Amino acid sequence: MNDVLMVDADRVSKSFGSNQVLKGISLTVKRGEVMCLVGPSGSGKSTFLRCINHLETVDAGRLRVDGILVGYREKDQILHELKPREAALQRRDIGMVFQRFNLFPHMTALENIIEAPMRVKKTSKAKAVERARELLARIGLADKADSYPAHLSGGQQQRVAIARALAMDPKLMLFDEPTSALDPELVGEVLDAMKKLAQEGMTMIVVTHEMGFAREVADSLVFMDGGVVVESGDPRQVLTNPQHERTRSFLSKVL
Amino acid sequence: MRSSVPPPGGSELSNGRAIKAVRLRHPVRNIFAAIIVVFVVAFVYDAALRPAFNWPAVGKYIFDRRISEAAVNTLQLTVYSMVIAIALGVVLAVMRLSPNPVFKSISWFYLWIFRGTPVYVQLTFWGLLSVIYPMINLGLPFLNPFITLPTGDALNVFQLAIIGLALNEAAYLAEIVRAGILSVDRGQDEASTALGMTWAQTMWRIIIPQSMRVIIPPIGNEVISMLKTTSLVTAVPYSFDLFTRSRDISAETFNTIPLFLVASLWYLAFTSILMIGQYFLEKRFARGVGAAPPEKRITITTGIVPVVGAAEEDPEAQPSDGRRGGTP
Repeated sequence: MNDVLMVDADRVSKSFGSNQVLKGISLTVKRGEVMCLVGPSGSGKSTFLRCINHLETVDAGRLRVDGILVGYREKDQILHELKPREAALQRRDIGMVFQRFNLFPHMTALENIIEAPMRVKKTSKAKAVERARELLARIGLADKADSYPAHLSGGQQQRVAIARALAMDPKLMLFDEPTSALDPELVGEVLDAMKKLAQEGMTMIVVTHEMGFAREVADSLVFMDGGVVVESGDPRQVLTNPQHERTRSFLSKVL
Repeated sequence: MRSSVPPPGGSELSNGRAIKAVRLRHPVRNIFAAIIVVFVVAFVYDAALRPAFNWPAVGKYIFDRRISEAAVNTLQLTVYSMVIAIALGVVLAVMRLSPNPVFKSISWFYLWIFRGTPVYVQLTFWGLLSVIYPMINLGLPFLNPFITLPTGDALNVFQLAIIGLALNEAAYLAEIVRAGILSVDRGQDEASTALGMTWAQTMWRIIIPQSMRVIIPPIGNEVISMLKTTSLVTAVPYSFDLFTRSRDISAETFNTIPLFLVASLWYLAFTSILMIGQYFLEKRFARGVGAAPPEKRITITTGIVPVVGAAEEDPEAQPSDGRRGGTP
């Protein structure tokens, strides 16, 4: 059972100073599963997502990705912090897409995509470029390879950001509100790219407010509030027939 | 024919016709410019004839062998010390921002010392290096040194001047670089970390190239400032830079003013060249940032936007000389 789990969170907690943001999150994501994390802002969804690739450290509980503990090494029941280099090694298999795209503005779309494969995986430039062009074609931006991010629309930037993450051949993709910073008419193109990715069998965790996407694409939906998982299950069921009062009141506001 | 939706093709056209409008006049600006021109002409005319400036002497010394050699020395002092200072400044800034508390403290201490004392005093100390440390020993503790050199042989005054200038400047550049690094959006750091890049890769590939845009204008300032600070190397004492040389010659020939004019002209010439270099560097590092597509750029012609409405009233009433006449 354990070997099919891509993400296995067991009572994960995280505090910033005296503010406990995550209060014991337990959830699992199977290989090939698409999970949507929803909830009001400040509920800890983004923090949890950032814990998964160790952009934040976990204070309590255990968080495993593909069976491997994130950020620590367990030896004789004692946890040892990983060296930065080892943490970087863990992250390269986990792709992340940000709300504000975070493309490198001084590099063209193509350079953005080949940077990590060349520097981190030491892929040859020719190979990295070939793969980048392939990815750009897949997201429908083959003609934008030499454009700088400033010359692309928000939707195009976010699609390039997805391609940049995919260039590292990740086994897990994390999306942190990928459409929240977009003009409404550009949301669709990004969601389409994500849907395509889900259909290809990518394991994905998506923090989102797009309930339509959750209903259509996600295999599971987790509703978080106040740093705890309030409710989870099949998205169609949770969205149409929420069991908890807090879920109901949140959904009545966003749907 | 007329619709509330402007026709495609941008604001240049209204009802398909090009706008011909009276350009905005600036009478006060023109009067002010005229007054200044009068003053400048009067000053130049006076200066050209004033015997104290002794222009024939300026002409005689401006390309004097000793002066031009000193100018080259000054330029070398500037370039060498600046190159060392930039390298050291970047290292110090990165150390200051690194998560390593030892690096942080070293950088802070360095800045405290080198920004806290006058450069003239520092240069004097470098000049006294061979008095304070007569011998340079390279080796391991408790063992006989591998290399032993008298300090005076290892470093001449020119090199000491460069070290003195560079180490002082590095402290200021470190702060400039640090400000530049801090100006880069934190999301950049996160994005490259999430891609599995190490801290060093993130710094050199992502953060520092982006900070250059912010760093270069103040560094240009520092280079120009350094060019002039080289006139203090007489404290080492190095006496073959432009200013010291000019002063020494004038002390022999008693024509101080023309020789200082000569030195000033050389400094000005170098500064001008450096400013051109800065322009091209700024262009290079503005890639992807300064280059907004044409449709997103703000145009200065926005100032005549209200005229569009006026032209729309009656586009026919535009005489060809560009003046908007009365309604026919």
